[in-house]
Amino acid sequence: MRLSIDHRTTYRFSEPQARVVQLLRMTPRNTHDQIVADWHIALDCDARITEGQDGFGNATTMLYIDGPVERIDLSVTGEVVTSHSDGVLHGTLEPLPARLFLRDTPMTRADAAITEFARDVLGEEPGTVAALHRLNRAVGERFTPARGRPEAGLAVADAFARETATARDLAHVFIAAARACGVPARYVSGYCDRHDGDRPAPHGWADAWIDGLGWVGFDPMLRLSPEEHHVRVAVGFDSVGASPVAGTRMGEGDECLDVAVNVTREG
Amino acid sequence: MLSRTAASLYWLGRYLERADFIARLVEATVRLDVLSSRPAGEAAWRSALAVTDTEAAFEASGAPLTREAVVGFLITDATHPGSIVRCLAAARDNARAVRTALSREAWSAINSAWLIFDRRVSPLDSVATLGLVDKVKAETRGFEGAVHRMLRNQTTLFIRLGQVIERADDTARLLDVKYHLLLPAGEPVGGTVDRDQWTTILQTVSAVTAYRWLYNDGLQPANVIDLLLSRTELPRSLAGSIDETVSILNALAKSLGGQGEADRMARGRHQRTLHTRTGDVIASGLHQHVEALITENDHLHAAIGRQFKFN
Amino acid sequence: MGTPAFDEIMGPPEREGARGELVDLCHWLQATPAEELRRRQEAAETTFRQLGITFAVYGDSDASERIIPFDIVPRIFLAREWARLSEGLIQRVEAINAFLHDIYGERRILKEAVLPEDLILGNAQFRPEIAGIRPPHDVWAHICGIDLVRTGPDDFFVLEDNARTPSGVSYMLENREAMVRLCPELFSQFRVAAVDSYPDMLLETMRSVSPRGCGQNPTCVVLTPGHYNSAYYEHSFLADSMGVELVEAADLVVDDDVVYMRTIAGRVKVDVIYRRVDDDFLDPLVFRPDSMLGVPGLIAAYAAGNVAIINAPGNGIADDKAIYSYMPEIVRFYSGGEAKLPNVETWRCREPQALKYVLDHLDELVVKLVDGSGGYGMLVGPTASAAEIERFRAALVAEPHRYIAQPTLALSTVPTLADAGLAPRHVDFRPFVLTGSKGVKVVPGGLTRVALKEGSLVVNSSQGGGTKDSFVLMDDAKAMTQTMGGMTQSIGPDGMVQTLGGADLTREVR
Repeated sequence: MRLSIDHRTTYRFSEPQARVVQLLRMTPRNTHDQIVADWHIALDCDARITEGQDGFGNATTMLYIDGPVERIDLSVTGEVVTSHSDGVLHGTLEPLPARLFLRDTPMTRADAAITEFARDVLGEEPGTVAALHRLNRAVGERFTPARGRPEAGLAVADAFARETATARDLAHVFIAAARACGVPARYVSGYCDRHDGDRPAPHGWADAWIDGLGWVGFDPMLRLSPEEHHVRVAVGFDSVGASPVAGTRMGEGDECLDVAVNVTREG
Repeated sequence: MLSRTAASLYWLGRYLERADFIARLVEATVRLDVLSSRPAGEAAWRSALAVTDTEAAFEASGAPLTREAVVGFLITDATHPGSIVRCLAAARDNARAVRTALSREAWSAINSAWLIFDRRVSPLDSVATLGLVDKVKAETRGFEGAVHRMLRNQTTLFIRLGQVIERADDTARLLDVKYHLLLPAGEPVGGTVDRDQWTTILQTVSAVTAYRWLYNDGLQPANVIDLLLSRTELPRSLAGSIDETVSILNALAKSLGGQGEADRMARGRHQRTLHTRTGDVIASGLHQHVEALITENDHLHAAIGRQFKFN
Repeated sequence: MGTPAFDEIMGPPEREGARGELVDLCHWLQATPAEELRRRQEAAETTFRQLGITFAVYGDSDASERIIPFDIVPRIFLAREWARLSEGLIQRVEAINAFLHDIYGERRILKEAVLPEDLILGNAQFRPEIAGIRPPHDVWAHICGIDLVRTGPDDFFVLEDNARTPSGVSYMLENREAMVRLCPELFSQFRVAAVDSYPDMLLETMRSVSPRGCGQNPTCVVLTPGHYNSAYYEHSFLADSMGVELVEAADLVVDDDVVYMRTIAGRVKVDVIYRRVDDDFLDPLVFRPDSMLGVPGLIAAYAAGNVAIINAPGNGIADDKAIYSYMPEIVRFYSGGEAKLPNVETWRCREPQALKYVLDHLDELVVKLVDGSGGYGMLVGPTASAAEIERFRAALVAEPHRYIAQPTLALSTVPTLADAGLAPRHVDFRPFVLTGSKGVKVVPGGLTRVALKEGSLVVNSSQGGGTKDSFVLMDDAKAMTQTMGGMTQSIGPDGMVQTLGGADLTREVR
């Protein structure tokens, strides 16, 4: 499947900024099931741009922008050719051992309720394909899909107590539950051409480690494993670690962020 | 040099100079109040508050306008930024931030000055006040000596720049507050009170002897004004400070290989003082003239901050 | 804890009179009246106060700055003791560097199952964010402070490794300054190795690890959290004595993966950063997204190989308490030999046999939480109540992997000036080890901390500890001596001393 992606991010600052430095994790890598045919990151202002790689194997881009800056338009466009894979990852760059992903973070720390839920669903053999698919469905069925942008910094225990959840929160619940039962799990940020929200947004799902198989993707929003509809971009312990942009600015005032994503199938 | 370091050195110079100025002002006012033949009383202390721009803060403290209260307020009261103790604390804070740029000797002088006040709580009588003031003056002199023995580099230049900008401001305020004493309207000139008042002014800028050397005809108001305003021989005169500002900025420009708006502003100010005659200033209004100088000095201060990227 | 301890000057408890080599010091102590010692000690402390060698005590309401008490009686290491210690220290620090290189690279030590995988991967001090980055010249732990304790003439043990930002070196230097000024006679009686070259050694270390391609004269800086930090004096002291800039995060900017400092004449490229800030506050883009502190882009510059960071980010995994008990294995794995400097015997309660031993001997042991700090979660068996012991017994059974246990040691003592005159007080020791691209060096000296309270084993400055100067003797008697007619040539540890025709005409050749 050939997916065309158009991801536009606009920052507007109430006061001009003296300097902006951003770390982007916005470039997908080639895997056995995902070929990046074309990819561009473009800015509307003068900036120094450098490419790198972080400890998790994600491709990174540093942006150094000198002020005064009142607005930044960041446009990421490209085409990715995907193939069907049953969710099992092949040919991804994996510099770190899977068991590292048993570590929790402030946003993915399971509380008693999540742990109990996880034990109920995952049962005696939590690290198996069947158990993890059960978990994926159970997480997806538990919540009504939420409209709008995810709430910044929402911890998974608080998200679990709600009735609605964003794709990010669903992935966090899946990750926290899997880790609570000793299954390594991580967050994946990327794109998907199937979305239930009112408008497309960057998508997020989870990977879980299955002994003998390796990393396998689970998308609790779709209640399926990601297939050719998904484009993987970055992984991390949680959505913060895998987020497309981490930025700092020097200057007063507030910032206003606008994101528009368009994923279309080219046939 | 780091921009932040330059800023701290500059502020260090300003705060120490201010502490020293307040010390001399208090010393001179104590003498005026206690030692002169007719006690000067409230008016003397009110003017000391006016010179240091702390009248409002003093009023807010609710204290009576007595020697003890004002002396305590100007020297040891840490609740407002216009006291010696706060100036020294701020100076030491800036010095700590640039500890590496200072010689041990220079740092020790600042630290010792600060330690004079560490945990001091008892109220001050005149003798104790003068003793304390002497110590502050001794330490700030020690600091100036130490700075003179340091490398003649950007470090000392920024400290001195802070000192001369502060000095210009202090002397201008002193002149402004005391101008009605210097230019009495319809009062007998040469009486005892006036002599003591004028002596106070000269003591505050350490110029009693200098005055005798430069003017041969006794204490004359116009001469005192001339000395404080236009005599470059006196380091604490406005002309002296303005002159020194230009040479310090020149030295900085030379070491950095470039100049900026502060250089242009300082040179302009210097040119104008060269053509200013004390007689004309007195005729056209000393107050207005001094006020303009204070404003100009503030602008120069801001220009220095921009030129050397203090923020 | 009352156990008779080995005194480093007077010898073992049962012994009468000083240890042979240190008789002269004993004589000096006897010949100098206590009041005179006290006068000198006060003079030293006055100087420290004037110089501002202070530390801030957290939570102290009057926000006063204190000096760390200084004791006038030095602690002395014989040359042969020092030679042995140095070998052990070099071996240990080389192993720490090799471990860090491996753990953030290939992870051979995990693949060969020398260490349990979870010990590393589950440890917050293992920083995956910087995995795969290789620091310039592959040096990670440029400056190590290895905390040692002693229980007998030849019995030294490592209590703790410090491979992040070990502090205290300014006390080593200032204490020596004070001793030379106040007790010059000691330096004519003993040939003491100089420590004042430390700043030069440190600068040489920094320059040696500068990234390739930044020329003969790399720009080095010291990065401090600021002058409100309790160790600020040391930061400024080091920058000052090396003649480099002392910068704060706000003074640095990263552009195009290159670090610059902001100066009055514009930006200046920075090549080597000796940072005295924690990993968490290095780069908000990588470590703490919620933090506004740090230098955005610093890790990108580091990853691009454009700047050296001293010590390397991620070093916490090497000096973590949970890792400590595995140091003998780590040393063996990377050096191929046994550790020359042993650890304090440690029982890892995660191992069933060790747990059984610990449970049977709770009243004799010190039990520590591996992820606890500052004495929290610690049981001191010999002084604990029965209830406390039972509480720990339950905790140990429930979560054995979180605990380690050690014997209570009879730490050595050194005569110290107490209120009632000289008295033995317990000490520990932190030597400093520097690693550059050209190898490992041990500074001949260090920081001796002394528990000023009688019987106390707590040497922390925040809890009534003080410091002493630490002499390392050059021990001429042991130097290689060759006599040819009237000319004696002896080669001591610091170079060559040539004596022509008698003792009067001495020329030092370096």
